[in-house]
Amino acid sequence: MFNREYEAMPLKKLRELQLERLKWSIRHAYDNVPHYRNAFDKAGFHPDKFKSLEDMKHVPFLTKQNMRDNYPFGLFAVPLDKVARVHSSSGTTGNATVVGYTKNDIEVFAEVVARCLVAYGASEKDIIQVAYGYGLFTGGLGLHYGSEKIGAMTVPISGGNTERQLMLIKDFGTTMIACTPSYMLNVADYIEKKRPDYDMRKTKMRAGIFGAEPWSESMRREIETRLGIQAYDIYGLSEIIGPGVSGECSEKSGLHVFEDHFYVEIINPDTGEILPEGAKGEIVYTSLTKEACPVIRYRSRDITRLYYDNCKCGRTLVKMEKVTGRSDDMMIIRGVNVFPSQIESVLMEVEGTEPHYQIILDRKGALDDIEVMVEVNEKLFSDEIKVLEDLKKRITDRFRSALGISAKITLVEPMRIPRSEGKAVRVVDKRKI
Amino acid sequence: MNVTQLSIFLENKPGHLQSALRILAERKINIRTLTIAEVSDFGIVRLIVNNPEEGARVLKESHVACSITEVLAIELEDRPGSLLDALETFKKRSLNIEYMYAFTEKRGDKAVMIFRFDDIEAAKKALIEEGYNIVKNIDIIGE
Ligand SMILES: [Zn+2]
Repeated sequence: MFNREYEAMPLKKLRELQLERLKWSIRHAYDNVPHYRNAFDKAGFHPDKFKSLEDMKHVPFLTKQNMRDNYPFGLFAVPLDKVARVHSSSGTTGNATVVGYTKNDIEVFAEVVARCLVAYGASEKDIIQVAYGYGLFTGGLGLHYGSEKIGAMTVPISGGNTERQLMLIKDFGTTMIACTPSYMLNVADYIEKKRPDYDMRKTKMRAGIFGAEPWSESMRREIETRLGIQAYDIYGLSEIIGPGVSGECSEKSGLHVFEDHFYVEIINPDTGEILPEGAKGEIVYTSLTKEACPVIRYRSRDITRLYYDNCKCGRTLVKMEKVTGRSDDMMIIRGVNVFPSQIESVLMEVEGTEPHYQIILDRKGALDDIEVMVEVNEKLFSDEIKVLEDLKKRITDRFRSALGISAKITLVEPMRIPRSEGKAVRVVDKRKI
Repeated sequence: MNVTQLSIFLENKPGHLQSALRILAERKINIRTLTIAEVSDFGIVRLIVNNPEEGARVLKESHVACSITEVLAIELEDRPGSLLDALETFKKRSLNIEYMYAFTEKRGDKAVMIFRFDDIEAAKKALIEEGYNIVKNIDIIGE
């Protein structure tokens, strides 16, 4: 463990610590951020009334829209000269959201990522290749600072350029790589197609740190068997801090949330009611130590479960189930929960496909029918039928292996999928249930 | 020497071919020959037109997926077995064809076939050596 005192803290002590930190965080937000002051006042809540964890239910939620409305610096609780760094989410509709970090916040960010890396078995003996994008996105710099913090040799290669990634893995003796799981599968495809001489099993590579998008157990199996490495999940949201809000341990069953920095609740997404341990619902985050951008009861829209299971790794921290999707767009197809984001990552995996797609759900008899229309753009178009048929087949196969559903793939002409405000309407549900 | 072919992606639905052809007609692009390859849900229309670059430009403007492909137009004797002979020549010279179709007009007493080879340069060299006459782009598309 990177920080046994906190990662293995007795539950009672942890609750006391959380209460004390919550009191500080809620007051810090109220005193310094007009948005929180207005929202709390309007809800008849005051930080003075916050006496126990039970009182959380009286604290108003923060939504993604609130964050957008306060673009760029409206939610900062410290003057800009105390802000040492900003990150921003790309935000495809409307404004992006901006999150600031003080020097201390950056320390915390590095610490939680370091804890994840140690949980995956990393140490200063490792060589970690950070193949997340470096920039406004939290992935690259987040993993970078965490990797440096544990004293690993950090290779800031950033994303893309697969040939160079492979070269450095071999030449440097890289032992771990951090990237999105779909990129790792792309690497596996690349090796198969273009570098059959390259054997990942003959390199020193032993583990991958995968996050930034939902991924399934079947993707994990595929990565592990095709590349001969261990695949670990790292989870986070830029709104909260970035990767490192939670991470898997050696058990690979659920992600430990770093509860000394983030307070988590599961709510019913429709009513906002807090659900008991083990129930599935939307996860809500409250930052406990963040100075620049305190986040109070942020509705993540991510659907998961929280539970304590006396983990074999020795951590006492609560576990969250792998997040597979979001509450605002989950579909249930033949009993399988499917999220557009998963469909997107499948399409991204299939080389060259940009996700301009639409999902049509219908019910044929008693069975759900899923059709995915994919626009044939200039990059995908081939003058040969067999190339297009092969593309369809590859997408169909990926749907089956990654999502466990057999979808009908239909190639459609460019701009056939209706767009509203520049974004495609992704799901059309014609089922009458 | 290569003939420039325009290829268009179309869904296999009523009216879709018409709307693509209308875009070309409005820009006075003349179709010299056309062939359609289709599967159940989509098809590829391959056209030889008088101005393929302009054709591709106007189609892309209207969000039609299309591309330009280089093909060869080869003169064949207008007699039974001449296509068969040509195919045997390809086989002998290890030339792979992706697809082929007939050009509508005859040149003198010769028929013209359009061939798409996977390696056009190798095909050209081999066919010239074998004594085939490859029709120039200008003679096919005019202007
Ligand atoms: Zn554990």
